[in-house]
Amino acid sequence: MVDASTSAHGDIKLSNLTKSFADFTAVDDLTLTIPEGSFFALLGPSGCGKTTTLRMIAGLEEPTAGSIFIGNTDITHMRPYKRPVNTVFQNYALFPHLSIFENVAFGLRRRGIKDVKEQVDKVLDLVELPHLAQRKPLQLSGGQQQRIAVARAIVNRPALLLLDEPLGALDLKLRRQMQIELKWIQTEIGLTFVHVTHDQEEAMTMADTIAVMNEGRIEQMGSPADLYDNPKTAFVANFLGQSNLIKGSIESNGSESLVVNLFGQKVAVPRARSSARDSSILVGIRPEKLRISPETSSASGNVLTGGIIEDVSYIGVSTQYQVLMPWGQELMVFEQNDDGVPPLDKGDRITLSWEPIFTFGLDGSEDANAGSELHNDEEE
Amino acid sequence: MRKARRWFSRNLIRIYAVMGFTYLFIPVLYTFAFSFNNSSKSNLVWRGFTFNNWKNPCGAPDVCNALGNSIKIGLIATAIATVLGTMIAFALGRYAFKGRSLVNLLIFLPMATPELVLGASLLTMFLNFGFNPGFVTIVIAHVMFCISFVVVTVKARIASLDPRLEQAAMDLYADERETFRRITFPLLAPGIAGAALLAFSLSFDDFIITNFNSGNVNTFPKFVYISAERGLPAQANVIGSAMFFIALIVVLLGQVVQRRRKVS
Amino acid sequence: MAFLSAVSHKSDESEKKRSFLPYLLLLPGLVWLFFFFLMPILTLVSTSTKTPGLGIGEFDQTYRFANYWDAIVNSRGQFFRSFEYASIATIMALIIAYPLAYAIAFRSGRWKNVLLVLVVAPFFTSFILRTIAWKQILGGQGIGFKFLTWLHIISPQSHLTASAFAVVAGLTYNFLPFMTLPLYSSLERIDPRTMEASGDLYANAFTTFRKVTLPLSMPGVVAGTLLTFIPAAGDYVNAEILGNPQTKMIGNVINARYLQIVDYPTAAALSFTLMVAILIMVTLYIRKSGTEELV
Repeated sequence: MVDASTSAHGDIKLSNLTKSFADFTAVDDLTLTIPEGSFFALLGPSGCGKTTTLRMIAGLEEPTAGSIFIGNTDITHMRPYKRPVNTVFQNYALFPHLSIFENVAFGLRRRGIKDVKEQVDKVLDLVELPHLAQRKPLQLSGGQQQRIAVARAIVNRPALLLLDEPLGALDLKLRRQMQIELKWIQTEIGLTFVHVTHDQEEAMTMADTIAVMNEGRIEQMGSPADLYDNPKTAFVANFLGQSNLIKGSIESNGSESLVVNLFGQKVAVPRARSSARDSSILVGIRPEKLRISPETSSASGNVLTGGIIEDVSYIGVSTQYQVLMPWGQELMVFEQNDDGVPPLDKGDRITLSWEPIFTFGLDGSEDANAGSELHNDEEE
Repeated sequence: MRKARRWFSRNLIRIYAVMGFTYLFIPVLYTFAFSFNNSSKSNLVWRGFTFNNWKNPCGAPDVCNALGNSIKIGLIATAIATVLGTMIAFALGRYAFKGRSLVNLLIFLPMATPELVLGASLLTMFLNFGFNPGFVTIVIAHVMFCISFVVVTVKARIASLDPRLEQAAMDLYADERETFRRITFPLLAPGIAGAALLAFSLSFDDFIITNFNSGNVNTFPKFVYISAERGLPAQANVIGSAMFFIALIVVLLGQVVQRRRKVS
Repeated sequence: MAFLSAVSHKSDESEKKRSFLPYLLLLPGLVWLFFFFLMPILTLVSTSTKTPGLGIGEFDQTYRFANYWDAIVNSRGQFFRSFEYASIATIMALIIAYPLAYAIAFRSGRWKNVLLVLVVAPFFTSFILRTIAWKQILGGQGIGFKFLTWLHIISPQSHLTASAFAVVAGLTYNFLPFMTLPLYSSLERIDPRTMEASGDLYANAFTTFRKVTLPLSMPGVVAGTLLTFIPAAGDYVNAEILGNPQTKMIGNVINARYLQIVDYPTAAALSFTLMVAILIMVTLYIRKSGTEELV
């Protein structure tokens, strides 16, 4: 008899995966493929369905509809202990009554593996904690517990490792360090990692591919740079970093770029970077891509005039400006302080400009604020 | 003077607690002290210090027989009540099923019924069926009133168990049986042990229900109650004090073991 | 693939089995409670309407509901006294136990577990033995009595035992741990920071207690008062050992009817009335205090 837990490998395919509870749908008809060996992040605010998706892959939640495949093996209804999938739980779920060694050995012993000691020692070396083998979990620091939780999962060499907000309980400095370590471990052992998080910076640091989830669906999937530079929806534009989104209408439709009228001022948007469906469009530009200059000086590229500085915050490496535009909208501008403190002040009249290639266009029917109120600092 | 007053108000709650404990322990200390009383029959007045009662704890007629019965009944009733109560606690704590509120009510009712009523109703039934009260009826009665306390104690423990630990075990290739054996049960064991200790102490100390359903069988509390009328032998004090110290040692050892298990 | 479909089939079956499992787990315990709690109560109810038959200890079912009337009228004094004593003892126990539980929960540091054990420890010296100890300590020849007369707190002519005071004090004493433990466990769950926050928001110690600590510990207060009141109301040992003929409680009456006078119908009627009266009070009390956590 072949045990699925060792034989199955390959890409992970979720097809039409759905999970409905009595009063709401947590995951709505989700279809995606996670390539073997990749570091994949499911990113979204709490309640977006990312954790439910993870739990269905782990077998801890029964899908209402749809299927989950690893390679050619259907694991949709397999019991969790039959799946070649291991999880690093939120808050780690280390067994408090077992030593670190026995925690790590747990999966190996259940599968009847022979050289338990050797394998446990090896993985404890990998996470650099061999000296803690005989301790109990409660005697370890948060960072150490986190590493043991990873060791306990990867020692089984699963086809897929799931990480459920694994760094949420750590302080910022430790979190940065663990992000780098996890990435290193993943490259070292070459397993497929699926990482669930609400922290966009964490997802961007570690993952090859990010799927941004919202209300049970995937908003957009791609590399971190792709998602950041070319968001396809207002939710992605606002949830991943910050964006200025300005309503406008497309005036002419060239082969290379579109000319868009923003409250009487004309800007160019590269055709390939627009996802507008008709003439109504939301023109997007990241705050750090904007240049700010006094009204009197000349500017090139896309230019918007008539702004008044409402607020200036100096934060060391950069200065953040809040600019009120003639049509009543406030735009954010991040300016590097590479020339020292710029001579601009609250109340100054200014002109904004930027390179047209940094512009992205979203469909005009979207809510320009979608996702911005969920930004970043929530905890699950 | 002001300093003294500030010290007093800051430590008011501690002073109060010390007084509370003193109140709790006065009769225990009295019982202990009079276990050394050199009295022949009635242990009312101090007649000098002696170790004789401790050297000869079974010296008074029937006292050790009663104690033996109490311990036997306590152990049997505790074993049965702990098993049955833990099973119910699992059903309530871990599964969704129909009739749950009815079960909760049936668990709550014996705790909300005075012991006297429990004892009297059981006796009425035994007599109706022509069943002579004795050792077996005492055990039956003790199991009955201990089950609810076991259920409540173990249920609380199950509720505080992080379900992610069991999920983690399942995730690490342990099936339902292995998960229970290696994770669920070991983590609940201290709670179950606590419930068993509670059941034993309730059984051992019970007088009212026992008195109704014991027939001619003597238990330690019954022995104390009956012999009090014609003067309690000092051996009763010896056994009461010994039980106190044994229980204290057992509980404290349990605490130490638990702390060990957690750290190191 | 054949193997995998077999697996999922098997998991379906075990899913079904699992839905039977809770009933299997419940069965033995509930059977026990059915036969040795519910059945006896039903027997009690049926006995309560019987009348004496030919021989001593023989009774025939005549559905004489007047038994209840007779029993309650004859023992109404003891009924009221029971609830009066139990209420006073419950309040006294609450007053004594609350600061005790508070001190253990917040001011005991590393001694917490030891102190907790000490609260329960007196249990193991039989409660009858401890009640008799009180009788001897406070009796005319007892050291407690002599100490108090030496302090001139009481006169040598007065007596402390064989009085209502002694019965209530005994009830208070005996059920003190039942009050302390639930109070402790609900106090212990309170985050001390909420009390600090209250202090930070200009509440003095008393207001903090009244507006923050006490409301948060209400589940413990409710559980503790119930665990004290219920056994106290049905107790007869304290009244027997520490009381006099004028302090008899309903428990004494029921006990005597059963075991000495062998008047089972009256005893059964009184028992059932006591049970129902307590259940009504408990239900009203739980409703009013809005705590359903007990069950």
